[in-house]
Amino acid sequence: METRNVERQANGLAVEAAGLVKIYGKERAVDGVDLVIPRGTVYGFLGPNGAGKTTTIRMLATLIQPDGGSATIFGHDLKTESAAIKSRISLTGQYASIDEDLTGIENLVLISRLMGYTVKEAKLRAAELLSAFGLEQAAKRQVKKYSGGMRRRIDIAASIVVTPDLLFLDEPTTGLDPRSRNQVWEIVRALVQTGTTVLLTTQNLEEADQLADRIAVINQGKIIAEGTSSELKASVGTGTLNVQLLDSADQPQAAAILERKLGVPVHTSTDGVTLSAQAKDSSIVAEALGELGKEKIAISDFSLGRPSLDEVFLTLTGQSASDQPTEEENS
Amino acid sequence: MSVQIEHDKTAYEEVHPLNAVAGGKRPDPPSAMASTMAFAHRALLRIKHVPEQMFDVTVFPIIFLLMFTYLFGGAIAGSTGEYLQFLLPGILVMTVSQITMYTGIDLNNDIRKGIFDRFRTLPIWLPSALVGALLVDVIRYSLASAIMIGLGLILGFRPEGGALGVVGAVLVILLFSFSFSWIWTAAGIIMRSEKSLMMVSFLVVFPLTFVSNVFVDPSTLPSWLQGFVNINPISILATAVRGLMHGNGTWEQIGWVVVVSAIFVVIFAPLTMYLYRRKE
Repeated sequence: METRNVERQANGLAVEAAGLVKIYGKERAVDGVDLVIPRGTVYGFLGPNGAGKTTTIRMLATLIQPDGGSATIFGHDLKTESAAIKSRISLTGQYASIDEDLTGIENLVLISRLMGYTVKEAKLRAAELLSAFGLEQAAKRQVKKYSGGMRRRIDIAASIVVTPDLLFLDEPTTGLDPRSRNQVWEIVRALVQTGTTVLLTTQNLEEADQLADRIAVINQGKIIAEGTSSELKASVGTGTLNVQLLDSADQPQAAAILERKLGVPVHTSTDGVTLSAQAKDSSIVAEALGELGKEKIAISDFSLGRPSLDEVFLTLTGQSASDQPTEEENS
Repeated sequence: MSVQIEHDKTAYEEVHPLNAVAGGKRPDPPSAMASTMAFAHRALLRIKHVPEQMFDVTVFPIIFLLMFTYLFGGAIAGSTGEYLQFLLPGILVMTVSQITMYTGIDLNNDIRKGIFDRFRTLPIWLPSALVGALLVDVIRYSLASAIMIGLGLILGFRPEGGALGVVGAVLVILLFSFSFSWIWTAAGIIMRSEKSLMMVSFLVVFPLTFVSNVFVDPSTLPSWLQGFVNINPISILATAVRGLMHGNGTWEQIGWVVVVSAIFVVIFAPLTMYLYRRKE
């Protein structure tokens, strides 16, 4: 059995999934998701509310059963070896998965004992984690009196009482202020250094960009793009060209020139002086700007930015990530 | 078992944050006993932090006993003193049976908050999450029983079965309540909200406790209703408890309570665990 496990794990994958499907009523919440996640990496699920991120994670964490497809976690089959999988994974859900009426240390001692520590070991481990997460001052306070950031940290601490091989983080920083968000990012980075594989979901494009080695963009239950952050950005071109004109009277002519040169639609803003367009190639951008100069169109400012993941999302789905309607929670 | 949770200074000072993150070596999974104790300890801590939840086992029983004794005593038995002899065992059964439904509400809350998901991803014997909580509920039921019997004695209740009879009666109630609670754990998993769970619980508990032999002698009822009252588990329990308290109980009466309790556990414990595992 032992050698067989080693063999099966030799491919070095934390997660391998093919055609995962979950249906709720008539809605295909997850609609054929394939995943290949190497060990020791951070993998990001990026998508709006209701895209199927949480449902996918809950399937991989053995909490709900897929209606179709298959998956292995460290070589263990999701359907038949859930006990083996449970001993390798940990989940930090979207909502604090701790008892809010208990204090921070009581929660961690409880989880430690449930992991198999003796009461004495559990208390030591709890104290160690509280200290590492900067929560020792709040150890004896009820979790419901914690701030959002502290709550998130105690929640993640509870997830790594036993350092998991694979940690699921469902929207770990949603609703946190920038400082707390950075603290959570530091924790994730520290975990990855120790060899833990992290699968996180986020609606925050910057977060995926910052943390994830590879990103899957999910929309309506399907992965619509997958790759590294740079690959995803490259797939939509160099970035966005923004041009500000000195005189709004020039706008129609300037838009026509840019459209002809760049070969893409140009967005004109209501202020009458700003133009923006996706640019595939920076040399064409230079040419287009030169053309504007030849036509004596005065420019007050221009910029060529690398595309943000928001633009990636816009290009892939035709709608902005933040424009999507909020959907039901999956619980 | 009680656990002292101390601020451990030495552990705080020596730990480097990154070490702590990586330092969680995986021990062997806990035994069923160890995880049950951990969950029981959690339930005790919850009582400590949310003492209001003890209202249902302290204030309710007192109100119920006073209310029914003085409201119905004169009308039904001619005198309150007389009625108390008949009523106290019954109303004890009724009160404790009604309290059992809070078990389901606690579980329902756990599910709607995230902690249920965490428990389900732990490498533990899953029923311990419920058994641990139910064991502490048994303590709550004991407290409710003690309060009602104490108040009853003050009001003039004189159990002919003596202390032994009373203790026996309480043990029978505890057995029944532990078993009966599994209905509420199953319902607590099925119901989407605390509100709907409360409604369903009341729909079950009120007819069951009132249409029984708790308040009146069934021989005064129409025959079609007598049929129901006689097979009502609450009546079966009330009969045994009355018998034990008044020193004229039979093994047959107790045997029926054991049978009914076993039926509840055999049906609803596996059903609860099936639902617990499958809950989405």
